[in-house]
Parts: sequence; structure tokens; C-alpha cells
Amino acid sequence: MIYRFRLSLFLLAGLLATTPAFAQELSGTLKKVKESGTIVMGIRESSYPLSYLDDKQQPIGYHIEICNKIVEAVKRELEANLKVQHQPVTSQNRIPLVTNGTVDIECGSTTNNEARQKQVAFAVTTFVTNVRMVVKKASGITSLSQLDGKPVATTSGTTSVQLMRAHEKGKNVNFKEVYGKDHADSFLLLETDRAVAFVMDDNLLAGLVTSSKNPQEYAIVGEVLNIEPIAIMMRKDDPAFKKIADDTIRGLIKSGEIEKLYNKWFLSPIPPKNVNMNFAMSETLKGLIKNPSDAPAEFYNKK
Amino acid sequence: MKYHWNWGIFFEQIKYGDETYLSWLISGLGWTVAVSLASWVIALLLGFAIGTVRTTPRTWLVRLGNAYVELFRNIPLLVQMFLWFFVVPEFLPRNLSLWVKQEMPAKEFVTATVCLGLFTSARIAEQVRAGIQSLPRGQRMAGLAMGLTLPQTYRYILLPMAFRIIIPPLTSEFMNVFKNSSVAFAIGVLELTFQARQMQEDSEQGIETYLAVTVLYFVCAFIANRMMAFIEKRSRVPGYIAAAK
Repeated sequence: MIYRFRLSLFLLAGLLATTPAFAQELSGTLKKVKESGTIVMGIRESSYPLSYLDDKQQPIGYHIEICNKIVEAVKRELEANLKVQHQPVTSQNRIPLVTNGTVDIECGSTTNNEARQKQVAFAVTTFVTNVRMVVKKASGITSLSQLDGKPVATTSGTTSVQLMRAHEKGKNVNFKEVYGKDHADSFLLLETDRAVAFVMDDNLLAGLVTSSKNPQEYAIVGEVLNIEPIAIMMRKDDPAFKKIADDTIRGLIKSGEIEKLYNKWFLSPIPPKNVNMNFAMSETLKGLIKNPSDAPAEFYNKK
Repeated sequence: MKYHWNWGIFFEQIKYGDETYLSWLISGLGWTVAVSLASWVIALLLGFAIGTVRTTPRTWLVRLGNAYVELFRNIPLLVQMFLWFFVVPEFLPRNLSLWVKQEMPAKEFVTATVCLGLFTSARIAEQVRAGIQSLPRGQRMAGLAMGLTLPQTYRYILLPMAFRIIIPPLTSEFMNVFKNSSVAFAIGVLELTFQARQMQEDSEQGIETYLAVTVLYFVCAFIANRMMAFIEKRSRVPGYIAAAK
């Protein structure tokens, strides 16, 4: 009996010695994932083309592909065959679901800002959006200054609400704000002439325009109200997991794969309707691909 | 759970501006109370009128009243909000439609109040009908036999008693109005739920935000409850149903 016990101890020691990954004890997300054998990916249902569901209700998109690479890296690190579970999230519940452990890695369209960094951590920035406005071409509007006294739409519960108010104060203009409860509603406000402009992240606007009834009727115009880095989100104070995510993204950047992914999702026809977003890479993102960073939005918008 | 608690958040300044988050919630509460009370007035007036009409001997009036109640009772409140806000103006003449959509003052508030008022009136109408029908048939007959006209019978005999009988369900309805007003955020009324969503997005302190909002809704509904309890006590007729206890 004792002999056997010793033997098994010996074997165990040998096993540990040959797998250096386990030399240091696992902690945080890696530990949780290893123990449960499952990694939970937070996905969005309609954040085109970053993270959305295709016609078979499968999550696809630019961030989903990047996340799949990160999951592969986690599997290699843990030497385990993990089950990947997809959990749809919304802009309201995504942060609580990450902090309470329901979601291990959120692959959606979340802005990295200082307030959120108090709750969660972000991988290096993989996409940048500019807050601008969409108008009907026929209105002839090209600048925010032309909106004085006019109804302007945005979506409640988004950062754009505050950006618009700050802009009004700064530039001494007065919009009549109207609010949709989600982006589709806000676009409907513009479509039905309840608002003459809709202020939001430009990639979301481009997505709404391409999927609208008459895409050629609309134009994205005007000053940039804010530059927002969009990143993959995970739990705070978990350096081992964050390192895997960051290293994976840096690897994609080094190999040039990230540009290929960008071209695939932003500059070519994508499912389900096979429309092309035609959304060229912004200067800020080009810079970030040269020098990857996880700095929050405040860093890009110093006044 | 690694949540970063911050109960001081209510007194912190918002990101772009000099107000505090508390001032957001207070202004939201103001709109919640305004929408609720205004729609409660509409609901009471219409509800009593339609509920009463549904107990009269005029068949066509009864049918009309029934149709009204079924129409507003069978469509979800959120859908009704959208119908009033997005659909109804499209049927107006072009210029009037544009005016309603862009120029009409406080258009979200007006739409939400009318919508919530009509929705609640259908429910009150049903309670009023039930209240009147719960009275012994003899009361109506006696009133008419004494030479009162039908409106007089209602005014002096049936309605005063029916009102007292239905105070408990009316209390629930008054409390519901406060809670249902939260749906108005969907068409952009800057009420409590709207401000809560905004505060949670801006501050990332969602748990504190929603706990505070829960307390505020509870307080509103509870005050409504106590007010109705006071009315119930003061209006009771000794020796009759409402005088129990």
C-alpha cells in the first residue's frame, strides 16, 4: 500500500516537473476555466461587424475571431480541451456578468474607459470608433453647428448622451435631444423625421445605414465628438489571463493577420445579407496597430 | 465577486458637467411623479366615465365601453407607447405630423401621459363596472322608484357606494401607475429609469444605482398606498362594507 502511494507521488512529481506551465499555481480565470473545463465567451447579438449572430444563430464577427484565437491560446497554456460556451450579453449587463464570474471573456463592442477600468480589465485595443452623426443627405447638414434648435437623436444609456450635452455647453448650441431605447429605435427617430441627426459610434451608424431600406439616403458627417478604443473585456487583477489575451493580439498584429481580419469584416461583404460596410481603418487604429496599448478613452480625448 | 463598491457615487460629479449623479436621480424622480400623477387624473376621469357607462341600460353605450376596455387591456403597455409615439403621428396630415414629431413641446411627456392614462383608465373602468354591479339590484330600482332620473340615481346612490367598494383595487392601480411610468423611458421621457440607465452607463456603479432607484420607486408606491388608505378611512360609511375593522 505504502509502496503504491509512494509510486503515485513519484509519478505525480514527475508529471509536474515535465509540464512547466503548472510549475506555478494557477489563479483567477485560468484556474476557474481549468477546473470547470469550460470557458464562457460573452457575445453580442447585433454589434455588426464586431460580434453578432448569423442566420444560424451562431456568433460571428471580427472580435469573435480574435477571441477564438485567445481561447486557442488558453487551451494550449492549460493543455486542456475546453468547452466554449457562448453567453449573449447586453450593454447593461455585460460588466456585472464579467465581474460576477458568469462570463470569462467578453467579445463584444465595449469602450475601454477609466470608469470601467475600476470594475474590469481590457485587452489591448483592437478597434477604434469615432462618435459622429448620421443625417439624411437631403437635409444638407454637414456640421454639428447646424443643429442648433433642431431635434437630435441618440440612444439612452450610452456615453453619447453626455458627449452631446458637453458639446452643447462648450459650443453654446442647443439641441433638442430625443432618445431611442436602443440603436434601432434611434435610427427610426431619424428615419421618421423625428430627429434630423443621430449621434453615435460611427461603425454602428455605418452598420445601421447599410442595413436600412435606402442606404444611399444617409451620410455620416460632422466633427468627431469622441475617440473611443473598443476592446475585449475580462476580469480585473488577473495578469496571467490578460497576458495570454494581450500576447495573442500582439501576435496577430505582428503576423499581419489582424489587418486581414479587419479587411474581411470591415471591407468585404459579410453575412447574413452579404453587404460591405466599407469602413476604412481609422488613423487612431493604424497607430495602435504599430504600438498596441490598453489606454482608456480619456487618453485619446485630452482637452 | 470582484465588485468595486462606491456608495459615495451619488455625490460625485458626472463625467462631463458639474451636476452630481444624485441630481440626475432627483430630476428623474420629478418626471416620474409628473407622468404618474397626470396620467392618474386622465385614468380616473375616463375610467369612471367608461366604467359607469358600461352598467347603463343603453346597449350601444355598453358595447362601446366594452370595446374600449378590451382594446386598451389587450395590448402590452410598451407596445402602446410605441404605437402612440411612432405610429399615430404617421396618420396625421404631413405638416401636422412634422409639427408633432419635431416642434410639439414636451412631446415625449405628453405622449407617455396620454398613453399611460388611457391604459390605466381601461383597468379602472373594469373595476368601476364591477363595483357598481356588486351593489344589490334593489338600490338602483329604489332610486328610480323614488323618482330620481337615471343620472341622479348614479350620482347620489350607486357611484358613492361603488367608489367606496373599489378603493382597495384602486389603491393597487394608483401604485401601478408609478411603477408602469417606468416604461416611458422607452420613448425618451427623462424619468427615473432613464436616468438610472444613464447613471449606470456613466458611473459603472450599476448595483448602487439600481438599489437607489428601487428604493425611490418603493417610496413612491408606498406613499400612494398610504394616501389611498387615508382616503379609505375617511370616506367609510359606518355600518357598511368599508367600515370593517
